[in-house]
Amino acid sequence: MSVVNRIRILAITFILLMLNQVAVSAERAPRIQTWKTDNGAKVMYVYAPQLPMVDVRIVFDAGSARDGRQAGLALLTNNMLSKGAGKWNTNALAARFDSVGAEFSTFAMRDMAGLSLRSLNDQKLLNKAIVTLQAILTRPRFDNKELARIRRETLIALKAQLQSPEAIADKMFYRALYGQHPYASPPLGTKGSIKSISRKDVQAFYRRYYVAGNALIAIVGDVDLRRAKQLANKLIGKLPKGEHAPALAPVRALKKAQVLKKTYPSTQTHILVGQPGLRRGDPDYFALYVGNHILGGSGFGSRIMKEIRVKRGLAYSSYSYFIPMRGLGPFQMGLQTSNDQRDEALALLDKTLRNFIKEGPTKEEMQQAIKNITGGFPLRIDSNKDIIGYIAMIGFYDLPLDYLETFNANIEAVTAAKVQDAFRRRIHPDRLVTVLVGGDAPQKHGK
Amino acid sequence: MQRCITMLRAMMLGLLIFTGISSVALASEGGAHSKSAVHEFTLKNGLKLLVKEDHRAPVVVSQIWYKVGSSYEHDGITGISHVLEHMMFKGTKKHGPGEFSKIIAENGGRENAFTGRDYTAYFQQLEKSRLPISFELEADRMRNLTLLPKQFKKELAVVMEERQMRTEDKPDALVDEKFNAAAWISSPYHHPVIGWINDLNNLTVRDLRPWYARWYAPNNATLVVVGDVKADKVLKLAQKYFAAIPPSRLRPVKPRIEAPQKGPRRITVRVPAKLPYLLMGYKVPVLKTAKKEWEPYALEVLAGILSGGDSARFPRELVRKQQIAVSVNAGYNLYARLPGLFTLDATPAAGHSVAEVEKAILAQLQRLKDRRVTAQELARIKAQVVAGKVYERDSLFYQAMQLGTLETVGLGWQRMDEYASKVRAITAEQVQQVAKKYLRENSLTVAVLEPQPLNSAASASSHSH
Repeated sequence: MSVVNRIRILAITFILLMLNQVAVSAERAPRIQTWKTDNGAKVMYVYAPQLPMVDVRIVFDAGSARDGRQAGLALLTNNMLSKGAGKWNTNALAARFDSVGAEFSTFAMRDMAGLSLRSLNDQKLLNKAIVTLQAILTRPRFDNKELARIRRETLIALKAQLQSPEAIADKMFYRALYGQHPYASPPLGTKGSIKSISRKDVQAFYRRYYVAGNALIAIVGDVDLRRAKQLANKLIGKLPKGEHAPALAPVRALKKAQVLKKTYPSTQTHILVGQPGLRRGDPDYFALYVGNHILGGSGFGSRIMKEIRVKRGLAYSSYSYFIPMRGLGPFQMGLQTSNDQRDEALALLDKTLRNFIKEGPTKEEMQQAIKNITGGFPLRIDSNKDIIGYIAMIGFYDLPLDYLETFNANIEAVTAAKVQDAFRRRIHPDRLVTVLVGGDAPQKHGK
Repeated sequence: MQRCITMLRAMMLGLLIFTGISSVALASEGGAHSKSAVHEFTLKNGLKLLVKEDHRAPVVVSQIWYKVGSSYEHDGITGISHVLEHMMFKGTKKHGPGEFSKIIAENGGRENAFTGRDYTAYFQQLEKSRLPISFELEADRMRNLTLLPKQFKKELAVVMEERQMRTEDKPDALVDEKFNAAAWISSPYHHPVIGWINDLNNLTVRDLRPWYARWYAPNNATLVVVGDVKADKVLKLAQKYFAAIPPSRLRPVKPRIEAPQKGPRRITVRVPAKLPYLLMGYKVPVLKTAKKEWEPYALEVLAGILSGGDSARFPRELVRKQQIAVSVNAGYNLYARLPGLFTLDATPAAGHSVAEVEKAILAQLQRLKDRRVTAQELARIKAQVVAGKVYERDSLFYQAMQLGTLETVGLGWQRMDEYASKVRAITAEQVQQVAKKYLRENSLTVAVLEPQPLNSAASASSHSH
């Protein structure tokens, strides 16, 4: 799979992970079983016999937060896993998956990096897919020629970002939010860093982070407990125990407001506004989650969408969200609008946030939000794909096993006062990063 | 989550569905063994109802599909179907602007809509007991939109922003738009789903009213319900909410058959960008229009041979062996109302030109004409199709999409069950035959993106709308 395609898939995975904030009526939450393999990898498993297939996801604490001085190392290592392993080269590995109709992909974000497999549960087909996946996990070759090719593809993907004002803004945003923190590191790397990454660097990264003690295996599908245990052992039993990645330094709060502008020859300006926001397992998690739902997290019903799109037609998409991560992930508001409307839209975004913090949500907004979040719970776990996303997240971030069962109760316990209190303490309108990427606004266009 | 709603609208827009569809996605459609157990009903007013029971989770997806989209539009009003789709959220006599979305949200639902060349569809995903809410609201807005000028003005501005975001500021999307306009002269696939900017600028709410009255009728719609429901109960519900809506007298749309192409067409698109891009397309039949029914399935297999999976020919030969491109894809959509294109698109690797990549792609196509594909390659595609039939059952939404698409382009949902067996029946010889018959220079259109400097003031935003 080429890097250009991969990036697209990463983006999709990323969005799916952002959605992994759930609510369910307790009785329908899937039953999660968990254990550790002999060499110390954590396993999360849900038996789903309805369809004759199985999903497996293996996640390592090996995202770009672990890049160190070499931006892009985590993603490059992750990408290289399937470019030759054991006795098979890249072509042979791909052919083995394709020949049994299996779907295989790799992913690397800031916290997580890993591999996903979907296969039929037919013993023969599944076995071929698992043997292949095991080789990729435990015996990657990191062949020099393939590394050179992937490096060149990554450089093209970096160039592709330069022709997307959205991608440019996103990079500027993370850099400004995180400064010296590892979350500032662009996952794809930089031109200079990619050229400097050697085979030795990739091997060392792999040996340090792709170990059982740093791994989480999630399994959902039509395999019983005994087979699931065999499967987990087979996949990862040969990895050394190793150690979990060390804790990341805490994310520092922003000290002052910062406005960053970049001129780009586009018809619209892309606007991002935000600050470090929320982590997984955060005591304010549910208050901020419900609050954001009202502020800009629920499409047409949210305040930002009403102000920007419904009342004034200034943008197609406008939103706010938290991306909860191991450390404080971003709180982000965003939109894109014609260059000449840039200042108006930005002022509205700012005003909407300030009003929300000042006044807090109304009683009606609270009722609406809680009804929507809790009433929609069954939709969020209605597929194996959704369920594996949740259990991988719960396992990776060490959230309580009853996270899904208690989610609705946690949402219902949030009050308007709690939302307002959490936003007042956590979100600071005078210390936000604002990124603007777009064209100059010369003349008024004739709308 | 809100991101998801807007993203979903983005992903579902017909432009993407039709021209961006990959052979991999297609290879996972349809199936071999399992009958899909679809219940079909037609109400007296002509509304078709398709119900597929799936009891895995206590949820339901409801979609209503109208037989109208950008391919029903004529010059001067392009984009009207999509603008109308936006206006469908702007209120009826009974439910004011935005109320539809509010009610669905209160009920824990998700909802959105999408417009394509051949259809406009609206959907809700809900906990199963809330299906009546969806029916009540959809029945109401089938006929009772208020279409207020004030709302229209704002929503048109939103669509302009959408067009800028989706097309104007995305180099590859601009190429795609110009490419379709060059490939199709008299076929309505010539113009983009979102419409030409000048047409949008001159669209009025008075244009919308007759368009709405003409196409939004029970006998021009298909209601698709998939989920934890009982078919007979869904039928009763549908009767309760939709049966009273009188049918319309539908005038058939003009055929607008594409004038025969008499030689290759080449266009160049010069916009600020960093990477060159190549997009090629050959005129091909679709299932609806093919004289020989097996040919579209052979074209499906052909696309799969080239780029259906990481072991297919394009990634293996052009990306990894020759390393001439970083991505190359073949695309074909057999489920459309009118004949389409077999497309090939690529981003060259550093140090390689678009011309070199085109030559390499043409060499691969020549190889398909000269030599039959191997048994191993065919076996791989068949394995993917069988597996894909199982995987697709993990998504209620996708199953409903398939039923709605097939019904709305005029093929009938039954084709869904045939897909895998038809693909599996394709021989190496048939693949060679369609390659020889359709991949011919005389029906080829090629579009090339020539990147211009990003900092050049001359090239920067000359869009006035």
